[in-house]
Amino acid sequence: MFENMETVYLWVVLAPLLGSIIAGLFGWLIGRAGAHWVTIIGVGVSFFLSLVVFKHIVIDGAPAYNGTVYTWMVAGGLPIEVGFLIDKLTAMMMVVVTFVSWMVHIYTIGYMHDDPGYTRFFSYISLFTFSMLMLVMANNFLQLFFGWEAVGLVSYLLIGFWYKRESAIHANLKAFLVNRVGDFGFLLGIGAVLLYFGSLDYAQVFAGAEKVAARTMSIWPGVEWPVITVICILLFIGAMGKSAQMPLHVWLPDSMEGPTPISALIHAATMVTAGIFMVARMSPLYEYSETALAVVMVIGATTALFMGLLGLVQTDIKRVIAYSTLSQLGYMTAALGASAYAAGIFHLMTHAFFKALLFLGAGSVIIALHHEQDMRRMGGLRRYMPITWITSLIGTLALIGAPGFSGFFSKDSIIEAIGHSSLGVAGYAYACVLIGVFVTALYSFRMYFLVFHGEPRMDAHTREHVHETPWVVTGPLIALAVPSVVIGAWYVGDMVFGDFFGRAIFVLPRHDVLGGLAASFHGPWGMVQHAFFQPPVWLAAAGVVTAWYLYMVRPELPGVIAARAGALYRFMVNKYGFDDFNEAVFAGGGRGLGNLLWRIGDVRLIDGLAVNGSARLVGWLAGVVRHLQSGFLYHYAFAMIVGLVALVGWAVFWPVE
Amino acid sequence: MFADWPLLSLVVWLPILGGLVVLASGSDKSAVEAKVVALLFAIVTFLVSIPLFTEFDPGTAAMQFEERRPWIPGWNIYYHLGVDGISMPLILLTTFSTVLVIIAGWEVIRYRAAQYMAAFLFMEGLMNGVFAALDAALFYVFWEAMLIPMFIVIGIWGGPNRVYATIKFFLYTFLGSVFMLVALLYLYFQTGSFSILDFHAARIGELPQILIFLAFLAAFAVKIPMWPVHTWLPDAHVEAPTGGSVILAAIMLKMGGYGFLRFSLPITPDASAALDWLVILLSLVAVVYIGFVALVQQDMKKLIAYSSIAHMGFVTLGLFVVYDIVQYNEAAGQPALAGAAIGVEGAVVQMISHGFISGALFLCVGVLYDRLHSRQIADYGGVVNTMPMFAAFMVLFAMANAGLPGTSGFVGEFMVILGSFRANFWYAFLAALTLIVGAAYTLWMVKRVVFGDVTSDKVAALKDIGAREFLILALLAVAVLALGLYPAPLVEVMDASVARLLEQMTRTKL
Repeated sequence: MFENMETVYLWVVLAPLLGSIIAGLFGWLIGRAGAHWVTIIGVGVSFFLSLVVFKHIVIDGAPAYNGTVYTWMVAGGLPIEVGFLIDKLTAMMMVVVTFVSWMVHIYTIGYMHDDPGYTRFFSYISLFTFSMLMLVMANNFLQLFFGWEAVGLVSYLLIGFWYKRESAIHANLKAFLVNRVGDFGFLLGIGAVLLYFGSLDYAQVFAGAEKVAARTMSIWPGVEWPVITVICILLFIGAMGKSAQMPLHVWLPDSMEGPTPISALIHAATMVTAGIFMVARMSPLYEYSETALAVVMVIGATTALFMGLLGLVQTDIKRVIAYSTLSQLGYMTAALGASAYAAGIFHLMTHAFFKALLFLGAGSVIIALHHEQDMRRMGGLRRYMPITWITSLIGTLALIGAPGFSGFFSKDSIIEAIGHSSLGVAGYAYACVLIGVFVTALYSFRMYFLVFHGEPRMDAHTREHVHETPWVVTGPLIALAVPSVVIGAWYVGDMVFGDFFGRAIFVLPRHDVLGGLAASFHGPWGMVQHAFFQPPVWLAAAGVVTAWYLYMVRPELPGVIAARAGALYRFMVNKYGFDDFNEAVFAGGGRGLGNLLWRIGDVRLIDGLAVNGSARLVGWLAGVVRHLQSGFLYHYAFAMIVGLVALVGWAVFWPVE
Repeated sequence: MFADWPLLSLVVWLPILGGLVVLASGSDKSAVEAKVVALLFAIVTFLVSIPLFTEFDPGTAAMQFEERRPWIPGWNIYYHLGVDGISMPLILLTTFSTVLVIIAGWEVIRYRAAQYMAAFLFMEGLMNGVFAALDAALFYVFWEAMLIPMFIVIGIWGGPNRVYATIKFFLYTFLGSVFMLVALLYLYFQTGSFSILDFHAARIGELPQILIFLAFLAAFAVKIPMWPVHTWLPDAHVEAPTGGSVILAAIMLKMGGYGFLRFSLPITPDASAALDWLVILLSLVAVVYIGFVALVQQDMKKLIAYSSIAHMGFVTLGLFVVYDIVQYNEAAGQPALAGAAIGVEGAVVQMISHGFISGALFLCVGVLYDRLHSRQIADYGGVVNTMPMFAAFMVLFAMANAGLPGTSGFVGEFMVILGSFRANFWYAFLAALTLIVGAAYTLWMVKRVVFGDVTSDKVAALKDIGAREFLILALLAVAVLALGLYPAPLVEVMDASVARLLEQMTRTKL
């Protein structure tokens, strides 16, 4: 049936694009139902075809496809093309992206039911799906950058979806600009790739990696850096923006201003993992720079711990999950630094399912409570919303890495890999990710207990109307809960310790921690048993018990602790002061510099002094000269006489030779 | 089928004839007829210019569609027209933009509408003449004559401070041009010809080259404009009517870039190589300094004007990094011109793209100005609530201005940044700052104007764009997206010409 795979690849991206265009341009014509049907069918087709691709590439083991769709331009003999690279990494990403996107499309019917921007919303999320697919299917840096910025655009549009809210349009501008800081590095990285590899095509670049690894470039007279380190760090700056790693993480918590379905799809499951995907895709480059790997690991581990800590002090349910996302992205990044790309990507996949589940569960709670997001006005919801409760519990268990759940396999692999990494910074990173396990369990179960257990704290009116959400909401919850449980055990052997990715991911033998760990891997069940002799499980358990004690047994205690730790608590509520710093230094500094250059440079110096000054000078000269033209005849007559005398005098006293 | 037609003469003289007809026919009583006639002439001229693209042979760098007749034989001056792959797209941009400007002024201009339309037709013909002229004397006539309709447009249909702006605009550009005239006369006395192609071939000593280069620089730096001779532009834009701003930004600024391409680089290659640091420095100042200045503007037109200067910085940067690229290649043992074309081609693409985007943004400001009679950002806020269709266009063009991939605004900047990376890491570093700063000033304006809740009764009473406004914005949107998604055709037509230019600008004339 699917003889021509090239057509399949094309339709995977075109179906959501068409849906988006139809819903966006003709939404007024086809109505609300028309808009959701056309986009759901578009993304559904895309998901189905992605499964076909997955079967073709992964299950049937067909060789990777690398082909051109069209030539974007040929500049000075250099062809720059739009094309697809479909290998096992791509195939897996395609399935994850289209599946989560499809679930979110369906869920949106329920969540955005009363919103006046209904058709616009469907158009945006389908456009996002298209952009994300272009990103993961790219076979060259130009298209990667196109997808990279296109998902940023849709993220901008969706964070600011409720454009009347000042907080929303502040958040989307902030998100775009912080991402642009990352893209600034990313674009320079692409420039460096073109200069030193002579191509933007992945295949050619990767083939030349070993040769370029020996070269250095002069950053500053006398300062020589290895080319590959410069390239990898520049590209990673892009990943720090998109995947919200410190210090470019500041936009992600604010992005929660967007509707919850996109928090699940874009700001948890897919777009923010683009940076992780990119580094894994570039593993043939990163492998040759231990400096870059060390940077990646430190940034990732720091984000994993310190962003998780902030999840402890949030009261907005979506913001807790947002900080959790930051922390989990940190885990993935740290894994990349340890050359455990497969473990990072594996965690990307499991996280996509359970974090989308958690967000959609939170969204279910939010609509049930009439758009209440403050956890202090929730509680006891397990009695009213059984499906949301059970699925959220599954998501939470997966998140904290409870043995057997999907998150357990991926996170444990990451921690093991970092523990065995030979990089000098691995010790610091290992401490961060271990403490992070305790923190994750603590904030996760704090949220879980506050929302679903204890006494209901909403007002009486709301409580009377609380009931389980409709099937379009609970259906996707169940559909996401299934992989959140099983996908880990199912794929850990293949993806992390097997040869699932084949040549899509490249690891030098001396960095191959996962290969070393594979020897002691005896199936998922063995991994579960083994875990009980390792610290992470007990740290997670301690976190759960602590949360239970603090929020179920002694609920007055957290307030006391917060009061005791006044300064530290305020420091954390202030998000370590990043926002204040950026607002003062970069936003304020930029405006100040602009005003200085404008009012002093342009207005005062160039216009005031040079332009209008010379005009005044001319005016003054003219004013002086003007007095000669007095209009009095005897003045002119006098001037003529003087001139005549001078001329005659000259003729007389200097006779012609 | 058009091979024998004098296409270039048609795109020059047809609009001028049209302008005369409109002037003759038009008083304010018969304004409608005058407008219809003007639109017809603009559309026909655009249609006539299309074969320039479709019949163009991209395989050669030679001038095409050439016409050559003696004009003033005693001085060896010819009526000599011709285009290559660099000037031809600029002519199409001119004929396209003029159609839009005529439509844009349709209902808005109530005072002496016929004269307004005629001025733009005259301008169109003269600007096409600038791009098509291959004789320096002819070029200079068009170059100066083109200013007249523009300062009439600003001086008559402009804002309250229009006299200051007009005089500033005129004196600035005129002063620059005078130096160019001296240089052209010197070249005439050296070669005995006014042919630009002869100038390209002429051997010139070192000092004369430097002086000629500086004379050209004075003319072109003002026109494009480069820091610090840029301050006429924001004033001119603020006072100009919408149509004037569109033509000024979309076409007239390109004259400066075209001048560098056609005159400075091929005629004085050694001086260009010796003084490239100056132009690069000024270009980077334009990108960074002007970017920050744009950030704090409170007048939308001023903001877009400053944004134009920053974007034009990429044009001059892309052209002049070539000499550093050659140096890099020599040190790295690679072919001298490897990787140089992408910067120059990026500069040309940037010129075309900026024509669409800045034109579109000025039209957007015009749409708002027609309704509220204010250009102040502070007078708006929450426009999306009452003008959703307009808001969609505004966001699209803003994103294009911020260089989003998939729009034309990305292509030129991307190519120039890739090119300048080869010349020097820090050039690329500073140029790439536009990713942040450009997005900041553009999107901050969008946030304050378009998004948010309705801020005033005036905004609450706004009417969304009508069919006429929709048409012009939609045409520009298509152009911006088409060039962004598939720039290959544009790059293809200029490839041979750029290759020849690279060869000319790197071969010594001493």
